[in-house]
Amino acid sequence: MTMFRYASDQSLLVYLGEEVNLETHQRVLKLLRLLQAEPIPGVRNLHPAYHSILIVFDPLRQEHESVERAVAACIRRLDSITLPEPRLVEIPVIYDGPDLADVAALHQMTPQRVIELHSSAEYVVYFVGFVPGFAYLGGLPPELATPRLESPRQRVPKGSVAIGGSHTGVYPFETPGGWRLIGRTTLEIFDPEREELSRLVIGDRVRFVPAS
Amino acid sequence: MSTIRVQAPGMLTTVQDLGRYGYGPLGVSPSGAADPVALRVGNLLVGNPESAAALEMTLLGGTFVFPEGAVVALAGADFSGAVDGTPLAPWTACELPPGATLRTGGAQSGARCYLCVRGGIEVKPLLGSASTHLLTGLGGFQGRPLKRGDVLRIGRGGGTPRAIRPAQLAKLAPRKILRVTEGPQAGWFSRASRDRFFSAVYQVTGESNRMGLRLEGPALETPHSGQMISEGVSLGAIQIPAGGKPIILFVEQQTTGGYPKIANVISADLASIGQLRPREEIRFEPVEPAAARALIREQEELLLSGALFQ
Repeated sequence: MTMFRYASDQSLLVYLGEEVNLETHQRVLKLLRLLQAEPIPGVRNLHPAYHSILIVFDPLRQEHESVERAVAACIRRLDSITLPEPRLVEIPVIYDGPDLADVAALHQMTPQRVIELHSSAEYVVYFVGFVPGFAYLGGLPPELATPRLESPRQRVPKGSVAIGGSHTGVYPFETPGGWRLIGRTTLEIFDPEREELSRLVIGDRVRFVPAS
Repeated sequence: MSTIRVQAPGMLTTVQDLGRYGYGPLGVSPSGAADPVALRVGNLLVGNPESAAALEMTLLGGTFVFPEGAVVALAGADFSGAVDGTPLAPWTACELPPGATLRTGGAQSGARCYLCVRGGIEVKPLLGSASTHLLTGLGGFQGRPLKRGDVLRIGRGGGTPRAIRPAQLAKLAPRKILRVTEGPQAGWFSRASRDRFFSAVYQVTGESNRMGLRLEGPALETPHSGQMISEGVSLGAIQIPAGGKPIILFVEQQTTGGYPKIANVISADLASIGQLRPREEIRFEPVEPAAARALIREQEELLLSGALFQ
């Protein structure tokens, strides 16, 4: 199912499913790649997410109706698109986060078991959003799903590896944040000097490797 | 090579241009000038392309020395500028002799003033833009606000300075009643909540910055207890988090978010957000998308036609 909704006078949301799942993610990724390969004139930015893409356009050059028509034409072609094999990114983690003990206690398991579970799964980058390089990773073992903190931290250290609800991720910068911090990585996630700006991009597969 | 020496940086002064577009899939928001209309007009006054980089000053301006001289203009809020003690009116291009000192003070009204220099501020572009993104420390001058002792380079080039037509400029004056179109979750809110949103007077709180403006005023009920699947958010989106107090997402916004959005400030009024001060009172007024489109076209016509200048 596809649904369009006006977001502002210069943006349009297209929804490609109703919930967070891999099938919808694949449609988001395919549409994103198509819109990047064959840009619609006057479109200035794309914000992909779990089940939607926000399409920002120049209101002097485009209108919602014309953007919607062009996007709908792309969506009709989605089934014919084959995505390249996803790459696998390994992230070394030192599992010593300030919330590791709490997460373990909440699930009545040892911190060691949290580490084993977290580092045994293969994750999918559903999308990168919030701040530069912040990847929302799906595939967290259900036993580790943990509600966010009641009140978010004002400063989460750069490189923190965290669990928020049924997702996990890495904070690329020191930002506010409400996810539970279980470890940290020294990997530079977002580096504007590097050709691939973000180490994690939509569609990547990810593994966390405990660093000794 | 001409330079600017920062003698006093002011409260929060950064290098900004019109922002970096196209990096949404990597979580990068455009950033750029909080009042892009003022930046564009200021650049045109000194003979620059409208997108040249300038210094964005916030609430309290700085003091700058120009060892080699320069052509400058202050645009936006009136920060009581003076060159070696002689007042420099805003929206006026002025040729500074070598060694001149430009001092600016506090804003009486409005929040941001742009110091535009012929040739533009020269910094290494990041992803095609000179804009500073403060939260992540990316872009601009070393990714941070200016400090005393910083030396900025002025670029080459630039054309003939121009003079403003005040009657035309008045049409671009910042507004306190922000016009909005419906947000993508407007239909989630009850009729009573929407009525309250449009009848309320909201106050800009001190917890407001380039990422977003938190408003104080009547709380709205949060539909679905505020739970929704995160999605892309647009500039000027008005989201209602738990607690019901609106937040306007601004130029350094997060690219995605999970709070319902009741409304979105129209393109023609986005620059007005950049001139809102803490404790300032604002209201929202609904318009249809077609009307919003007509308003931005009218604004652009004024900016691009040359009618602003003598």
